[in-house]
Amino acid sequence: MAKQRVKFTFPQELIKEPIIWQLSRDFQLVTNIRRADVTEDRGWVVLELEGEMEEIERGVQWVVERGVRVDPVAGDIVEG
Amino acid sequence: MSFAKNLRCRECGRVYPLDPMHVCEFCFGPLEVVYDYQALRRSLTRERIERGPLSMWRYADLLPCPAETVVDIGTGYTPLLRAAHLGRLLGLERLYVKNDCQNPTWSFKDRVVSVAVTKAREFEFGTLACASTGNLANSVAAHAARAGMDAFVFIPADLEQGKIVGSAVYGPTLVAVDGSYDEVNRLCSELSDKYPWAFVNINVRPYYAEGSKTLAYEVCEQLGWQAPDHCLVPLASGSLYTKIYKGLKELAWLGLVEWRGTRMSGAQATGCSPIVEAWERQSFNIKPQRPNTIAKSLAIGNPADGYYALKAMAQSGGYGVAVSDDEVVEGIKLLAETEGIFAETAGGVVVAALKRLVEQGQLGSQELVVAFITGAGLKTQEAVASRLQPSLAIQPSIGSFEEALSERAGALPATRK
Repeated sequence: MAKQRVKFTFPQELIKEPIIWQLSRDFQLVTNIRRADVTEDRGWVVLELEGEMEEIERGVQWVVERGVRVDPVAGDIVEG
Repeated sequence: MSFAKNLRCRECGRVYPLDPMHVCEFCFGPLEVVYDYQALRRSLTRERIERGPLSMWRYADLLPCPAETVVDIGTGYTPLLRAAHLGRLLGLERLYVKNDCQNPTWSFKDRVVSVAVTKAREFEFGTLACASTGNLANSVAAHAARAGMDAFVFIPADLEQGKIVGSAVYGPTLVAVDGSYDEVNRLCSELSDKYPWAFVNINVRPYYAEGSKTLAYEVCEQLGWQAPDHCLVPLASGSLYTKIYKGLKELAWLGLVEWRGTRMSGAQATGCSPIVEAWERQSFNIKPQRPNTIAKSLAIGNPADGYYALKAMAQSGGYGVAVSDDEVVEGIKLLAETEGIFAETAGGVVVAALKRLVEQGQLGSQELVVAFITGAGLKTQEAVASRLQPSLAIQPSIGSFEEALSERAGALPATRK
């Protein structure tokens, strides 16, 4: 089993959607929320995904296709 | 000796030993080095610092590694210049420029990398790594050579030739990745999980970031042990900015300077300004952006320390300023023409932002202002090349020279008597 720590950033129109619940329902993934900040116009959630690496990749791809930005918890690491 | 005590989570405050780790195991918040300030206060004096080497390592007591083990290529103690001409032009009577172009690989990144590589060697890593479009790549490659370590430097496949040379010459394994910025980001994050390498700005990031504090120490010492009224710093990840502020506060806590409530202002290019955009909304919530600016050294769309930079900006009473690419080019030229310093695009951002702050009445003419110029212009010549052509084109004769000169200037200069 693999683990990946990620940050989901939700645009306003997706804040009320139960995306993390759908992710764990439709993919063989354990979602473990560690930190979050959700306001009425936007929100972010830092969580750990646990499952087979291929399943994590499929799940993350599905989240991205829904319109959620997915980043490593460390933020952008390509520096100038 | 080092007075570093432990790592502490910036979010939940949990404490960890000084290991190669960068996020809290509990909340995944970023970790920061904490020092034994009581012991530092007892032993660190201005005189002790002044007896140290003329490099950033004169402040080793305030860094997380002992001075005896450092990997140093001659970084730091760069000039702090009184910018009288630029200041007069802008209406600032006490303007200084911290010229960090003069580091060994011509940018401030040597400060952070020197600390990261020193810690990486202490942790017995054999390989250094980073993902970069320029300055960081140059510095990691150079320090790896100095330390006798292997290096993997990941760069976008479409990077300009000039930037490739500045890293390749030091002999790292230079990996050109054919993918978008986001894809390179994701790849390197996954590589850092898989390989036992010291990724300088990932798993040794808490140590790496501390190197930036030396800019604050140097400025204060060079000003005769006083803090500036106002600092203007370029913003990319926000780390440099927050660490300069931390450095100022540390010197005040230790009684080495008097605290004068230095205001911290930060500058970005509008084509990638997630921190300034949040500041303008009066929010601490960063909206990630897709970078589109010539200021590539600042082009971080999802800045790791953006939130902490916003907090420091609010706490210190500073301002966030975003300037256009045209203003960046004008800023580069203005600094070169008035002070003889050829800065890269980040320097252009700072000078353009300085001008804006004066125009908006946010900088007082009597304030002691320090503008941080963090990288040299020869690295980003393409930003200004199209606007800089020879003033005159002549045949090799005095007649041709004088004809061209009088056409341009209207009159010839005085000749010898």
